[in-house]
Amino acid sequence: MTTSRRKFIKISALGLGGVAATTTALNMFGASSYIDELVKENVAKTFKRTATYCEVCFWKCAAWTYTDEEGAVKKIIGNENDPHCYGRLCPRGTGGVGMYNDEDRLKTPLIRTTVNGEQTFREASWDEALDLIAAKFKGIKEEFGAESLALIKHGAPGKHLEHLYQAFGSDTIAEPAYAQCRGPRETGFNLTFGSWIGSPEPTDIRDTKCLVLIGSHIGENMHNSQVQEMSDAIDNGATIITVDPRFSTAASKSKYWLAIKPATDIALMLSWMNVLINENIYDKEYIEKYATGFNELKDHVSTFTPEWAYGITGIKPEEIRKTAREMADASPAVIIHPGRHVVWYGDDSQRARAMAILNALLGSWGRRGGFYFKESIKVPEFPAPEYPHPKWGWKEIGAKYPLAQMGITTEVIKCAIPSEDNKYPVKALMVAGTNITKSIPNKKLLEEAIEALDFMVVIDTMPMDVTGYADVVLPECTYLERYDEIRSATNREPSIAIRIPAVAPKYDSKPSWWIAKEIGERMGVGEYFNYTDYKEVIEWQLGQMGTSLEEMEKIGVKNFPRKSGSMYLNETGPHEFPTHSGKIELYSNELKNLGFDPLPNYTKHPEPQQGFYRLNYGRAPMHTFSRTANNPNLNDLKSENNLWVNPKVSRILGLKTGQEVWLKNQDDIISTFSIKVRVTERVRWDSVYMVHGFGHQEKKLSRAYGKGINDTELISSVAIDPIMGGTGMRGNFVTILTENPHKNTEI
Amino acid sequence: MRYAMVIDTLKCVGCSDCVVACQTENDVPIGYCRDWITETVNGAYPNIELELKSERCNHCENAPCVRCCPTGASHQLVNGIVLVTGDECIGCGACIESCPYDARYQHPDGYVDKCTFCHHRLEKGQLPACVSVCPTKCMYFGDLDNPNSEVSELLKNRKHKTLAPEAGTKPNVYYLI
Amino acid sequence: MQEELFTSGRNLPHIDPSLEIWHWPISVYLFLGGLAAGLLFFASLITVLGKEKDYPAAVKYASIISPIALTLGLLALFYDLTHKFYFWRLYTTIRIESPMSWGAWVLLIITPISFLWVFSYYSEIFPKWKLKFEFLNNFEKFLKDNRKNMAYALIPLSIILGVYTGILLSAFNARPLWNNAILGPLFLVSGLSTGAATIILLAKTKKEKHLFGKIDLALIVLELGLIVHMLMGMYAGSEVQLEAMQLLVGGEFTLMFFGFVIILGLIVPAILELIELIGFKVPVAVPALLVLIGGLVLRFVIVEAGQITRYLY
Repeated sequence: MTTSRRKFIKISALGLGGVAATTTALNMFGASSYIDELVKENVAKTFKRTATYCEVCFWKCAAWTYTDEEGAVKKIIGNENDPHCYGRLCPRGTGGVGMYNDEDRLKTPLIRTTVNGEQTFREASWDEALDLIAAKFKGIKEEFGAESLALIKHGAPGKHLEHLYQAFGSDTIAEPAYAQCRGPRETGFNLTFGSWIGSPEPTDIRDTKCLVLIGSHIGENMHNSQVQEMSDAIDNGATIITVDPRFSTAASKSKYWLAIKPATDIALMLSWMNVLINENIYDKEYIEKYATGFNELKDHVSTFTPEWAYGITGIKPEEIRKTAREMADASPAVIIHPGRHVVWYGDDSQRARAMAILNALLGSWGRRGGFYFKESIKVPEFPAPEYPHPKWGWKEIGAKYPLAQMGITTEVIKCAIPSEDNKYPVKALMVAGTNITKSIPNKKLLEEAIEALDFMVVIDTMPMDVTGYADVVLPECTYLERYDEIRSATNREPSIAIRIPAVAPKYDSKPSWWIAKEIGERMGVGEYFNYTDYKEVIEWQLGQMGTSLEEMEKIGVKNFPRKSGSMYLNETGPHEFPTHSGKIELYSNELKNLGFDPLPNYTKHPEPQQGFYRLNYGRAPMHTFSRTANNPNLNDLKSENNLWVNPKVSRILGLKTGQEVWLKNQDDIISTFSIKVRVTERVRWDSVYMVHGFGHQEKKLSRAYGKGINDTELISSVAIDPIMGGTGMRGNFVTILTENPHKNTEI
Repeated sequence: MRYAMVIDTLKCVGCSDCVVACQTENDVPIGYCRDWITETVNGAYPNIELELKSERCNHCENAPCVRCCPTGASHQLVNGIVLVTGDECIGCGACIESCPYDARYQHPDGYVDKCTFCHHRLEKGQLPACVSVCPTKCMYFGDLDNPNSEVSELLKNRKHKTLAPEAGTKPNVYYLI
Repeated sequence: MQEELFTSGRNLPHIDPSLEIWHWPISVYLFLGGLAAGLLFFASLITVLGKEKDYPAAVKYASIISPIALTLGLLALFYDLTHKFYFWRLYTTIRIESPMSWGAWVLLIITPISFLWVFSYYSEIFPKWKLKFEFLNNFEKFLKDNRKNMAYALIPLSIILGVYTGILLSAFNARPLWNNAILGPLFLVSGLSTGAATIILLAKTKKEKHLFGKIDLALIVLELGLIVHMLMGMYAGSEVQLEAMQLLVGGEFTLMFFGFVIILGLIVPAILELIELIGFKVPVAVPALLVLIGGLVLRFVIVEAGQITRYLY
């Protein structure tokens, strides 16, 4: 193989074009007419509903898929008994239909090949593709050890492949959901309360009196039950305090919007602590009974007055005091929301610590209207031999970051680059259910690593950008077409939900449990896949849990009573928190022993130079990152992102709403595509903002290709959290180009 | 019986679930829609107001579309719902021109289409699809002739507005502000 | 700063641009309808007054154009329907409040009469081509005898047709530019004016040319008055009407409206016709053609600009 072997292929697989064109032509005629309207009533009676849980995002809401007599997926409606959605899906869940109907889906296995010196993909049979993968994997396993086979994954397909990897002896597994997303908050809260936040977050929003959102924007993220509960909180007259440099949707629902200067949140929180302690309005009883290190905290924050914070954050001292008092008044029914995507500036675990400490001072952890004690039910493991013990894995790779509790994608990827001190050589990579070119920053590093790999497999439902780097692409069927593992999540009460195929897999796509099993059998670990259909696994598990597939087909979701006691602190007796000291650790000895600040400190972060603006990115409620951009229903709602620019900036640069511009970042990286400007007061003059997940480079994504800018490609400066390895991505600055920088080059 | 929809702008986050739910419930073709979301921003940083709302046919009491229709395809039911009968519609576009809310569009099959308040669901005792899915529960639906209905109560107790009242159409979609 | 935008659902290529649902055929139809109305009005008026002999172009030659204009207009209208094969639904009902229903019925009556009118002049217009069948000759004779009755019917019908082309638009209160009471009379006057211009073009005698030159001049003055009246009404109107007026006096339609309609379509032909009436030699075809073009552009401007004006967004 040549050195430029893994040149990005914009999937132009041989022989695929015609099929797509035909489908589009057929679609033009549309299946509906008013005659359908007339017979709809009759049709409605014959709709069949099948239980599933959504896979358009990680919230995994349980739902019913409605299919008509011809087996067409008509609609998807939330399951009333599901604590994730209470019967109401979000736009992405409702639009899940489009994921199934998308005519741009991957249709058949593809293998990289060279025709006349040009790299391309050719269609292949499943047997050929799977044989090739197994042979390559076996070869690498024999030469370097199974540990050299890495997996980067997300969501339901990831689980099956994780099982495969562990079966053949590799623990070199990571997912962007940790180091590119919520990792720091898990570390920060774990250090303080001894427990992860987890997903869904155990925030008791529906009963809260005061919800504090720091850079978290419920309503733009559609974390379903939280959005619903925030609405309930609004109805109940709860106070919402939003800290955000941008006027987010949540900010517009807030009594207080603190328009903070970016990257100064810790200073604000320290001053809040100062006010709570100085004015003696923190929950003294709670702190005395359950916490340690209060005196150290008190000393630590004594100089962090609101006046001190004003100079840093730009928030007036009286606003800081007023909001602190507002929180104290609501205490303990107050939530300093831990957020979700929290990898911002590299001191993110410390910021999460500050949030945790504030929650402790307000006595909200384990209190009604604060954080409840979540509970889930354990799904028994399907009988399989014990996994072998790899010599190294994600833990060893990420050892530099002492409190990393999951694989760090960037560290795993770096291991693919050969060097003398690389003790953990990664030779092959499988990517499943995540588009790493849009979820992992520092594209240069990513491409260098991918280039160095011996072999790369991508499993996806769509021809995402990442598929262009693969040697083999496997088409996975969508969640509506497959069984998957039982969903058991942490909630107020334990519950399980099941996913049953509503329709047969379209095209030549296959479920990932099947892919995992087929590869496993070819690699000689068939004993880990002792079933012919994943349905058998679910049936067995449900039987063990005292229910059955038959029952679950009818109800979709089963709720179980709590076993761990009250959802809130039982304050009559002592309570042991799962920390080292058994108490809430305001002062962290663990951090001190590791050489980190035992109490959070504010540090100054880089600021934009003249002519540059901080690149801020976020969510749109109708899209899940880059995964849904091509979904026909959701693309209808939002087909591209816009560049939010403050009118002050637009006046200086002469920009108009709708004008196309390009961006160049501090490292001279220029955006591949252009983006349309939106001049708006909702963004600060020192930042620009765009929704993440657009600017697809893959032409086969007929609706998403070339629409908007991929923010991730402009994130080349990464501030790594020394505590847990999170990749801080909010320290990138861009300048706005009004002339097409690609005029003379072809993209 | 006078059906009305009441939408709480203080809760709406503009997620557009109502738009997709309508699309899948009513087989609205891709590229078309019967409802939509608008965003209004007023003020200057950092004193800004933002209003998000879900809009659709207002099922006006004084419906200009019904008045303009040359064939009677656009008609109003006794419960106030304005409907279009596809096979009476000639696709002349008069109703589209007459609607101050631009709530109608030409279906690719030629006839004019719009929100029906999910008439077919109401008959089965279900709420309109948009109302039933809204994750913020900001949409309410009911009978304004019944003084005890949820919508009547909301309009009694909350400040509200309708869209383009100056057009004189007497809309039946209300916005709580 | 204030911002108003669609978050979702409306920024779709099939939705918002196609809300400008009426395209060029509608403007063409409105022009041809107005022209036919003008021609039929003058033909029947002269007939009722018993001056057929003096003004042969008006009653005879120009009226050939009206059935052609009506047929082409109807074809244009039909072309712009999107659910064409249900057009017969127009004639299963009469909807008093719908100007379009009125128009459909008026057209159903006036179009055949316009054909019959021409047929009643068949042997005079085409003296060389004899009718082959006797019953046709009888029919022509019957029509000839009833020409005055036809004229009595046509006078109100042609006025309704002429006014209807304007009222069709002004009935839409959703489009502030259209929603004014002047549009009906304006389109009627403009239709009559284009009719008069056509007669001037076809007239052979100086007498006929002069009479219709005078009529056209009067109509142009009237039309200018109505336009001023319309703009003043908008100027004094609500914000949406002010915005609508801006499109005509200081926006994207200003050049078309002032250049082609007011100056070239009204003022210049009026001056030329005046000069001609005073006695200078002016080729009469020039003002007449200018009036016709002006009339067509007026329909285009009003139809296109009107669809941009809205209450919301």
